[in-house]
Amino acid sequence: MSPLDHKLLRDLWRMKGQAFAIGMVIAVGVGMLVMMTGLVTSLNETRAAYYERYRLAEVFAPVTRAPDRMAARLAAIQGVGAVEPRVVGGALIDLADFDLPVQAQAVSLPDLREPRLNDVFLTDGRMIDSDHSDEILLLQAFARAHDLRPGDRISATMNGARRSFRIVGLAQAPEFLYTTAPGELIPDDARFGVIWMSRSALAAAYDMDGAFNEALLSLSRGANEAAVLDAVDRILDPYGGTGAYPLADQPSNQLVSEEIGGLEAAAIGVPPIFLAVAAFLLYIVINRMVQSEREEIGLMKAFGYTNGEVGAHYFKLVLAIAIGGALAGCLMGIAGGRALIQVYVAYFKFPFLVFQLDPASFVTGVSVSILSASAGGLLVLRSVFALTPAAAMRAPAPADYSRTGAMGRTLNQWLDQPSRMVLRRITRQPGRMAGAMIGIACGMALSVSMITIYAGFDRTIDLTFNVMDRSDVTVSFTHAASEKTIFELRRMEGVTLVEPLRHVPAVLRNGLDTHRGVVSGLAPGARLGRALDSDLAEIPLEGGGIVLSTALATKLNIRPGDILTVEVREGRQPVLQIPVTAVAESLLGAPAYMDLAALNRALREPNRVSGAYLTIDEARATEIYTALQDMPTVAGVSLKSQAEIAFQTLMNTGAGAIRYVMGGIAFVITFGIVYNAARIAYAERSRDLASLRVIGFTKGEVAFVLLGELAIVTLVALPIGGVLGYYLSFGIAAGFSSELYQIPAIFDPASYGFAAMVVIGAAVASGWLVKRDIDRAELVSALKTRE
Amino acid sequence: MKKNTFSTKGLTKVYGEGRSAVHALRGVDLDIPEGEIVVLLGPSGSGKSTLLNIIGGLDRATEGDAFFQDQNLSQMTDKELTRYRRDHVGFVFQFYNLMPSLTAHENVELVTEIARDPMDPDEALAMVGLRERVDHFPAQLSGGEQQRVAIARAVAKNPTVLFCDEPTGALDSTTGRAVLNVLKDVNEKLGATVMIVTHAASQAAMADRVIHFADGAIREVVVNKNKLTPEEIDW
Repeated sequence: MSPLDHKLLRDLWRMKGQAFAIGMVIAVGVGMLVMMTGLVTSLNETRAAYYERYRLAEVFAPVTRAPDRMAARLAAIQGVGAVEPRVVGGALIDLADFDLPVQAQAVSLPDLREPRLNDVFLTDGRMIDSDHSDEILLLQAFARAHDLRPGDRISATMNGARRSFRIVGLAQAPEFLYTTAPGELIPDDARFGVIWMSRSALAAAYDMDGAFNEALLSLSRGANEAAVLDAVDRILDPYGGTGAYPLADQPSNQLVSEEIGGLEAAAIGVPPIFLAVAAFLLYIVINRMVQSEREEIGLMKAFGYTNGEVGAHYFKLVLAIAIGGALAGCLMGIAGGRALIQVYVAYFKFPFLVFQLDPASFVTGVSVSILSASAGGLLVLRSVFALTPAAAMRAPAPADYSRTGAMGRTLNQWLDQPSRMVLRRITRQPGRMAGAMIGIACGMALSVSMITIYAGFDRTIDLTFNVMDRSDVTVSFTHAASEKTIFELRRMEGVTLVEPLRHVPAVLRNGLDTHRGVVSGLAPGARLGRALDSDLAEIPLEGGGIVLSTALATKLNIRPGDILTVEVREGRQPVLQIPVTAVAESLLGAPAYMDLAALNRALREPNRVSGAYLTIDEARATEIYTALQDMPTVAGVSLKSQAEIAFQTLMNTGAGAIRYVMGGIAFVITFGIVYNAARIAYAERSRDLASLRVIGFTKGEVAFVLLGELAIVTLVALPIGGVLGYYLSFGIAAGFSSELYQIPAIFDPASYGFAAMVVIGAAVASGWLVKRDIDRAELVSALKTRE
Repeated sequence: MKKNTFSTKGLTKVYGEGRSAVHALRGVDLDIPEGEIVVLLGPSGSGKSTLLNIIGGLDRATEGDAFFQDQNLSQMTDKELTRYRRDHVGFVFQFYNLMPSLTAHENVELVTEIARDPMDPDEALAMVGLRERVDHFPAQLSGGEQQRVAIARAVAKNPTVLFCDEPTGALDSTTGRAVLNVLKDVNEKLGATVMIVTHAASQAAMADRVIHFADGAIREVVVNKNKLTPEEIDW
């Protein structure tokens, strides 16, 4: 082993504390990258494997009533693999623990054979026996939410008739990873159930003998999806087909995609910010470290070592720290990813896990660390090499403080000697101070942006449930009913306000950009459900135009004044051309609003409503629920309070939950930065500080000289970091926003205050750690040590 | 007649610019024959260390020429100067300048590894009487021992010339004498030219040639006919 390599190892050991701190900052940045990309890759792989294993359909074709023989016609379409006709229908389940009946979907399973498509995964009990028409499978998540087990009986209303069923098994299915009641956005296991029954039993209940009302199709390799959809629509149109749609538009899959997409956006958007901050810090620290080795570099050059040889030596040192940190980061990322993926697998209800890492993230993480570390090392080496060996071996000349004379004179009467030392060092070595300051400002920026994101999540909930939706209860009807229903609701005791609304399923199209969603018709002057602009002022809906939410306008790439194509998927299914009149602020979902009357006119269905917003007298709630249950037109009733809880759960357990992990990492990096800044300042000045002690300064006075500097640098860094953080929060907010919900980047003073506390806390802790070392330093040896 | 190891013509070194400029050397002309022990005497700031740095290839002159044998150091590139130091020059500094993270043996190895025709590190350490403590780190050695390691390190490459900047400046008389004895041995056994910068005038007694410096210029060059051994020097 060459003596230089001995030196390398021993130097590493000598600076192990600092090397560890630098390595950790890198490790955390790299670890986050590896963890997040691994998480996204694994979830995508797991989802794909789950879909494949349980043969999830690639095309869903709802129809009013098509005879069984049409299945063969569908199978004959070019590009179609398998076809599975089935019967589905809405149901209401009565539960002892719920005031309100719970909406459910009944789905048929073929008698006597396995389904060709959309198989189920039996988690408890056994499969249904088609000879017993009262046997059902229940969705496991729903059963768990209501503590139902195989062997229990439940009663449900199907097609107007109430019947009793025996649960024989619990199941999961890839098409019901998320279940959302019709007309609602937020999935909730407890408030929507899925019942599987034999085809013969369900067909009897819905009057579908010899017919189906939904066809499932798989595609063969290389099939043209759009062509298949067209062909399916042509075949089913005479039977009341409402438009075949691809898996991408299937509600559960859409939500899973949104959630994974949200994680992916966060994985792509956030770790690079963290890694960049870590890289910058590494650059500063390595730069200082090599600077302090100046004398040894001069000495090696005096012996005749070439610049290349000396450079290679320090490069190895830097590389050892960078690679060590990056590798530790990879391991942390793998461990973190493995732990976190378990949480997400449970959250997404995947029955198994395919754990996969993204090799590109390792390469990116390790190379960014090496590059930034080398840049820090090489830039300063270049400046040391520019010196002659004689100059390099001399301790650098004392910094020139002479030009602070003027300041000194004016401040002399105000400041004592140590304060002047602090001030002069800051004003006369602005480069070094700027390095430390920018580092701490980056830490502040990370903290600010993460904490304002927390506030952004709260803001989304507040705006959605207190400002935009001011109702207590939303009622949805079984079909577009006449306005008479609204009068009935108004007459109910305890109902204080009723506002009609109409949801119309539609495909919105602008050129090649499409969105499968709902157009909401709102009453003029509505007070409970409203379209608001970014200043939270109400947007008038009068006239025939449509108002799109920001998320929708962005997705469809459309602006006010443009014409939107609305393909209605209900009734006569007209295709409408409607001008976009405004863009509305909405943080939940991607709604589109129209004036109720204008919408009905466009559909040529005057005075129709599909639901209503209600405010009620809390004291009479139970009474009202019972009354609603007895109205035959009412398909579902949802309470805003429950929806709010469901939304909060979604944001705290889904993609949104990762914000807490990131917040933790931001804190670690912030602390790492501040601690390193304090350490470097101490290393640079240990000789001066020892000299002060020798001439009679107390430990406290000496600590003041060093920590005063840290304090001033930290205080200056706070506002700068605040401004940086403000801009950073836009990037991070965009990373967390999805089509399902948007997170605004807001200016929240409390968040800034809290972030400042975090940074100051880190500075105080670092100061205390360094002060301990100052107190312990032996004077004589400190004076002897080289810089 | 002996050949010159070094000769300089109008060697000038100025630090800084304008009003704050410091003239460390003001046109020095000098010849140093090979194989001699040369002592450079003078108060601090008189320019003796600056001269040593320039002819040692550690620094560059502002003006004038410095020749090592017949190569002009002033016209060498950085690469050539590195080559020159690597192949021909050994340095001993007042504060030893050992690598604190390397043992005595490794500090010597640091040089033998890159030299063209080095001696064995153990042999070099034996020459300075440090056979025993070769695996100690600088912090575990006394000042005199550290300086002997530094000398071993300097001589291990079989240098043509050995530069010593205040080699005994930080040592007591006994240890200082021992160090000077080592330098004398190196001069006699290896035939290396030894140049010692000092402001201890008494050490001039062991030199073949004594150069007196003042204000960046040579005041006097004395050729010493009656060399004393280090033991005979007044300390």
